[in-house]
Amino acid sequence: MSTDVSADRIPIKLRAEALEQLLVERGLVDPNVMDSFIKTYEKDVGPLNGAKVVAKAWTDPEFKARLLENGTTAVAELGFKGPQGEHIVVVENTDTVHNVVVCTLCSCYPWPLLGLPPTWYKDPAYRARVVKEPRTVLAEMGLTLPESTEVTVWDSSSEVRFFVLPQRPAASEGMSEEELVAIVSRDAMVGVAIVGA
Amino acid sequence: MTGIQAASGVADLGGAEGWGVAPLLDPAEPVFKEEWEGRAFALSLLSMRISGTNLDAFRHAMNRLDSEHYFDDGYYGRWLYGAENLLMDSDIIAPGAVEARAANMTGGHVDEPPAPEPHKPEYAPTAGGSIRVIEAPQRFQVGQQVRAKVMQAPGHTRLQKYTQGHVGVVAIVEPAQILPDTHAHFIAENAQWVYTVSFDSKELFGPAAERFTLNTDLYEDYMEEAS
Repeated sequence: MSTDVSADRIPIKLRAEALEQLLVERGLVDPNVMDSFIKTYEKDVGPLNGAKVVAKAWTDPEFKARLLENGTTAVAELGFKGPQGEHIVVVENTDTVHNVVVCTLCSCYPWPLLGLPPTWYKDPAYRARVVKEPRTVLAEMGLTLPESTEVTVWDSSSEVRFFVLPQRPAASEGMSEEELVAIVSRDAMVGVAIVGA
Repeated sequence: MTGIQAASGVADLGGAEGWGVAPLLDPAEPVFKEEWEGRAFALSLLSMRISGTNLDAFRHAMNRLDSEHYFDDGYYGRWLYGAENLLMDSDIIAPGAVEARAANMTGGHVDEPPAPEPHKPEYAPTAGGSIRVIEAPQRFQVGQQVRAKVMQAPGHTRLQKYTQGHVGVVAIVEPAQILPDTHAHFIAENAQWVYTVSFDSKELFGPAAERFTLNTDLYEDYMEEAS
């Protein structure tokens, strides 16, 4: 039995259409179910969820304490759970510590909080290099850290999903939780950027 | 079902050289850049179900791809090829069926192989997800020095090459989880403790390495005492 795909290369778009057609005509796949999966991750589950978690942690010290103690149950308080969110560990960036997340083996990512991973996260250069020279990689991506900052790289190899709690910018003092949600970027919640006000 | 198939090694990218500069951020990028990516995403999730397999088997189905199939069509390309592997493993689709259909969709007239008799793996999960409650005590404790074993088995694993043989310190005891190495091949769930282990960058990459800490999760079977 062959388990390797054919060496004959077919354009990937056509390949996806052919497979869908084969499975749909045998009743194995319902195109409406496919549409609902796609819509869920295009519309409902994305980095806005994570931004709500961050803004709440910045404005509610008790929530922040629960979040760092048990990320999974704390984010569930806001209704965030589901595939790729079985166990969430939240790591906090501070004046002295910078955390950054990767999955070198595939592209594991906390879907319930951030949605599906962006292209840069899935890029072989990021996967290969951020575990070996994170300061250089972050600088290439636009984030130069002082030599005095402790850098910790989290390589997601089990079903634990890591989520970075970025530092609240000083200039955001006085902003409401809702206003804070709007300034939290996806990339800061993975640790390749910081939040500017 | 076939026996254990070897990973190509192509997915184990940590520490690999030759990939060039880091990618640029694109905060405005759509979730799916092209429509087929969304279709491939949904088809892959459903293929796990209809092939009677699991997430670890899906990851291994991608890790078996050669470099061309793994990289050339990007993330959702490897998902689609991985899904096809699962569907062929369980005899849901015949080898060559996708190619034949694609030819016929583009004006060709080729015979399509008939749908085979399905053979799904004889396996049923004991619960949903990957986390399990186990009675076995933890073999390792926070603060303990441990070594990542050197393991070169041909099947699935989540033990990266770049940590193998190196010594770190247990930082967090994570929940017990099913072992991907056996679960991917439907042998056993083999639920066990998982530990986040901290490695010093110079331990992993030598004295000239940048100064940082590398944290990664090790399943108990991947670890041994280091003293």
